[in-house]
Amino acid sequence: MASYKPVAVLPFPRLGEKVTQDTLYWKGYKTPVQIKEFGAVNKIDFSPVPPHNYAVTASSRIHIYGRYSQEPIKTFSRFKDAAYCATYRDDGKLLVAGSEEGNVRLFDIGGRAALRQFDGHTKAAHVVDFLSDKYRIFSGADDYTSKLWDIPSSSEIVSYSEHTDYVRCGCTSKLNADLFVTGSYDHTVKVFDARTEKSALTIEHGHPVESVLLFPSGGLLVSAGGRYVKVWDILKGGYLLVSLKNHHKTVTCLCLSSSGQRLLSGSLDRHVKIYSTTSYKVVHSFDYAASILSLALAPEDETIIVGMTNGVLNVRHRKHEENKERIPKKRHPAYRTFVKGRNYMPKQEDFFVSKPVRNHLKKYDKLLKSFQVSKALDAVLEVPIRVYTPEITVAVMQELSRRGTLKNALAGRDEKQLGTLLTFLTRHVVEPRFAPVLINVAEMIIDIYLSVAGQSAVVDKQFMRLQEVIEKEIDYQGELLETLGMMDALFATMTSKKVTSLENKSNGISKVVEQDTRN
Amino acid sequence: MVVQEQLRVVRCGGSKLNGSRAVFSADAKYLLCASGDYVKVYSTATEECIHILQGHTNLVTGIQLNPQNHLQLYSCSLDGTIKLWDFTDGILIKTFVVGYKIFAFYSLAGSDDSGFVIIPKNNEEASDSFQLVLVRLTKAPGQEVETKELSLILDDIDHSPKCTAFGREGEYVASVRGLHLSVYFFKKKMTHRFPLSARTVKGANNYFTCVACHPKEDCIASGHKDGKIRLWRNFTHNKEYTFSAMHWHHNAVMDLAFTVEGTNLLSGGLESVLVQWRDGSESKKEFLPRLGSTIEHISVSPDGTLCCTSHAENKITIIQSNLRVSAVIQGLVKGSSVKTGLVVDPRTKALVLNGKPGHLQFFCLQSDKQLYNLDIVQQEYIHQAGLSQTDLVKAAFSAQGNWLATVEQRQEKESDLELQMKLWAYDEQMQSFKLNTRINMPHEDHLTALCFRDTDGVEDGIPTLVTAAKDGRFKVWVFMDESDTDKQSVGWICDFVGSYHNYQANNCCFSEDGSLLAVSFEEIVTVWDSETWDLKCTFCHPPGKIWSLCFGRLICSKYLLGTTDHGFLCCWNLLSCALEWSAQLGVIVLQPDPLSENIAAVSCISEDSDLFVFRPNEPRPLCIQRKVCRGKVQCAVFIPRNVPEAVGSEKYQWLSRSQLYFLTAMQELMTFSTKSPEVRLTPSSKQLAVEESLPMTPFYLLLGKHREQQQLKKDADIGKAVVHSHSAQSSPAVKELLHTPAHVLPSAAFLCSTFINTLLISKENKSNGEVADEVEMESEKAEDESDEDIDHTATEEDPKLTELWGEMTPKLSKSQEKELRKIRKTDYSWISAL
Repeated sequence: MASYKPVAVLPFPRLGEKVTQDTLYWKGYKTPVQIKEFGAVNKIDFSPVPPHNYAVTASSRIHIYGRYSQEPIKTFSRFKDAAYCATYRDDGKLLVAGSEEGNVRLFDIGGRAALRQFDGHTKAAHVVDFLSDKYRIFSGADDYTSKLWDIPSSSEIVSYSEHTDYVRCGCTSKLNADLFVTGSYDHTVKVFDARTEKSALTIEHGHPVESVLLFPSGGLLVSAGGRYVKVWDILKGGYLLVSLKNHHKTVTCLCLSSSGQRLLSGSLDRHVKIYSTTSYKVVHSFDYAASILSLALAPEDETIIVGMTNGVLNVRHRKHEENKERIPKKRHPAYRTFVKGRNYMPKQEDFFVSKPVRNHLKKYDKLLKSFQVSKALDAVLEVPIRVYTPEITVAVMQELSRRGTLKNALAGRDEKQLGTLLTFLTRHVVEPRFAPVLINVAEMIIDIYLSVAGQSAVVDKQFMRLQEVIEKEIDYQGELLETLGMMDALFATMTSKKVTSLENKSNGISKVVEQDTRN
Repeated sequence: MVVQEQLRVVRCGGSKLNGSRAVFSADAKYLLCASGDYVKVYSTATEECIHILQGHTNLVTGIQLNPQNHLQLYSCSLDGTIKLWDFTDGILIKTFVVGYKIFAFYSLAGSDDSGFVIIPKNNEEASDSFQLVLVRLTKAPGQEVETKELSLILDDIDHSPKCTAFGREGEYVASVRGLHLSVYFFKKKMTHRFPLSARTVKGANNYFTCVACHPKEDCIASGHKDGKIRLWRNFTHNKEYTFSAMHWHHNAVMDLAFTVEGTNLLSGGLESVLVQWRDGSESKKEFLPRLGSTIEHISVSPDGTLCCTSHAENKITIIQSNLRVSAVIQGLVKGSSVKTGLVVDPRTKALVLNGKPGHLQFFCLQSDKQLYNLDIVQQEYIHQAGLSQTDLVKAAFSAQGNWLATVEQRQEKESDLELQMKLWAYDEQMQSFKLNTRINMPHEDHLTALCFRDTDGVEDGIPTLVTAAKDGRFKVWVFMDESDTDKQSVGWICDFVGSYHNYQANNCCFSEDGSLLAVSFEEIVTVWDSETWDLKCTFCHPPGKIWSLCFGRLICSKYLLGTTDHGFLCCWNLLSCALEWSAQLGVIVLQPDPLSENIAAVSCISEDSDLFVFRPNEPRPLCIQRKVCRGKVQCAVFIPRNVPEAVGSEKYQWLSRSQLYFLTAMQELMTFSTKSPEVRLTPSSKQLAVEESLPMTPFYLLLGKHREQQQLKKDADIGKAVVHSHSAQSSPAVKELLHTPAHVLPSAAFLCSTFINTLLISKENKSNGEVADEVEMESEKAEDESDEDIDHTATEEDPKLTELWGEMTPKLSKSQEKELRKIRKTDYSWISAL
């Protein structure tokens, strides 16, 4: 016949964000190191060669930091005004930087003074980079032009003035030495070929472009501007692949993870979002104390550095797996006790008698089966269940109320037992998942123990706390309702437009019915 | 035949099994129980129904074996007759007409020509006063005998057969009513009455509920409303009687029974626990818990091996004497109300409805048998009066039967409502439904409707479910298979929530191709596009809320039908978005046929329900059937037939592909049939004739098949004359083998080849051993026959002999020679015998 059915404990969804591979990966960083700079950090660039020092451009200085150093190893500070966009060459020996006065300077990592200075921009040069042949530099400036410079001769090769607003970002192709991309505040991204006089491609981003990024393959281009991050397929002539709107303020910087699988974007809304480059969904996100201006990722994702408007440099280093000391396990019966006879191969003439699987009931189920309601409630009010799996306690309470014996189970408790019960209530009564059951329990307890109120100071104190918690919750709910009402009013004003969309309903219907008849 | 075809309302499926105590046959091989107007004979080993004894014209109230002949059965009925049956063959032997409504019948071993019946006093049921009378069961010849000789034994007794019991060897009869136990002694012809006080000390409630007498001693056991069992002794003296009380039941004792030897007392009640009291002592008791539902009757087999309990959920449990359940005979479970309505499982074509508490029963109407129970609530059921239990309120299947959605609710007070929706996926391996998703509180208020979208026509259609609720919302749930991503989750999530001016959503319905969803919000029907969930248009029929909704099917798919609570049946055209027609019929149930354009509407204007079958595009209904049943029809459903039935009349063409079943206010399941009752019954009775009482073991099946094959062969080969004698002979070898005790048989290896040969369906189909046996038998038989038959038998034997010698003699000429020789031999033997 039917056997006893154990109490069904409702599985509640885990609160908080879901744990994915990405969360685990991006959470594997140590607590950040904060370094104070003199002004807003506008660029961070890692040296491509080990030991992967990084150059930080802030205010009128360029600091070079070692990987784990808190103090700069080296400083380039001979700028009259702000310096911009200090960038390493591929071999890590040269560094180029733009400046507020418009000149572009080239530094040797070992030296102090500039090796070359390229004059020609009339306004601040915000973006500079080496082309991948190592001998040319491109620069973009607020005078709407972008120029190409020859390093050996320190002369201007070509100048493009197609943009109609400040050129604030750009990047070079790693595959083709002649290709580079610039993004401008005129809402466009242009792809230039050094061999031609004109831009090869123009892409309309729709917002002032703050950052551009080419994928290592050179086929995809990412542009950031306004709240949008857009991915374009260059090989298709600038076809928009996807438009991401995950930030609520301007996106300022972009960065690819070393594997190329993840795209990072930093924004003035103080968040760094990490996207998967296959699904273009946000897989993880970091938040920071201030608006983010620059972002860099060390090779192998060893370090994430974020520069913010308040001049703070936030450095996170990856945790390395240390071999944890194995805690000696408790001694259990030997393994062979369990597998005894398991690998016995039955002979042909053997009869196989299968043993019925025995269901082991939990302690509270055993007690409920024999109708010992008070003891069952005691069993679920023990510390491990009450603290770690409150849902079991609540499920048993619900089962008791279903059986109509909750009152019996709650009655006849001493000061200590009532104390634990009340602590449990104060802790969980406002949780929406438990509230319907626990409110019922609380009412019953008050009914039962009303006559003995005032006899125990401890219990009275608990009751007062319960009252406080509930009052707080009522206030909170009231506020929520107010907010909801306000939102409803707002939505009501917004939806007046919708009438127009409903007018052509007859059209829609006939279309649907046409389908019907076809079927 | 065609002209006479008439539409009739037929009761079908799952009549009540628990109306009275079931009776075991003397050898405990059969269990007999009264079921409505019939008596059913079940095999205790296989749970199979073997015979249905039909003949009473009203409810059968009691059955009892004839104490003189254990193969006969007495049954009594409210139609005022007592019938004597031969239950092994299912033949009515005799009918005794008493002329009063009979509520119980008892017959005693000692008096073979008399019985005792309980009839209403002054023949008025309303008087609520009954009497036990003695009737003469005369042995006069004739099928129908009137018995008018009645002599009063006990007056003012309870009508329930449980409240009267006959004592040891029929010396006395005990009857209980209210607070009195009356014992009548036949020898002394006097009555003793033992009153109990009505005082309710400590909540005691001394009212009697049932009584049983010890078969060997002077001891009466009585059950009481408060769960006490009292054992009365020494009651031959009016004053010096004693009783002892035993108390375990917390609710009324429903029935009591002593085992054959009287050593044990069995009791049962609402707790659905069978309690066995040893030697009448309170300390020695054993329990068989969780029998499912209230035990209403207990009976014990005469040989003491089995006992059975009849339960409130239309079930009989057969229990061995060691308190192990050996078999369960389950009828259609009828709860107090069928909340889920009638649903069809598309896979098995079974009728699905509420079963026992918290379960969904799958009932096969073709075989009138419960297929299985699905435990939906999965909670321990506490049998206690006054508890608000979790009810199963809604169930729906997807079009292919791959998904089942169920909703259960429990409401103790106005404020707290517990709702749970469960979605079950069909598991091919388990051949059953498996819980996939559990949704807590899908809505904030009672659910009113749920329906699946039919996704057959749609490519890569995602299973979609819509629920409508009183909280003014309808929700769309879709199945999300996210097993490819990191998270291994396969379940249902809410996709869309719609509402219309916060009106209560009363019903919802998908169009046949799943492209449109209609949801009724009080007085307004809204139509939504199921791709984008945009509101397309609204319909209404001003005074009156819309209750039921359905889309037309096939060529009528442009119509949407709805009924209002003002009794209007409205049909809207979806192409013109206008009302096509409406009619005031007082429609309460609207049910479309899944296989045709027909729609059945049941209306109830006055007391009786009428049925209309119509097509939305035709002005005249196809069929109108007035006065289908008394009271309101609860729900109806079309069940597709496996094989389309040939219906002669044009008018009843709508019955050919699917059958309409409906549930009346009395919770009776009815259907429509055009066939006359005789025709309808033939297939079942034919089946009964063939079916034997043997348990259907695989072995039996093998042999049965073998025998059938043989018979067919004989039919073809030889004339019909031989068939009977032969079928009787073909088995003796096997029979002997099966019936001889194992220790006297030769070794199995020796017998094996012979035995296996008998099972083979060979061309010559006989092994030597068996044929030899047969020839012997045949000759013996032949000897008994008269001279005239000699020639005839000789000719009969010819073909058989051909077979016999066929193996040895490949050539025909030789065989013929041997035949002749053989014939000569047999001839000689006969001559000698003569």
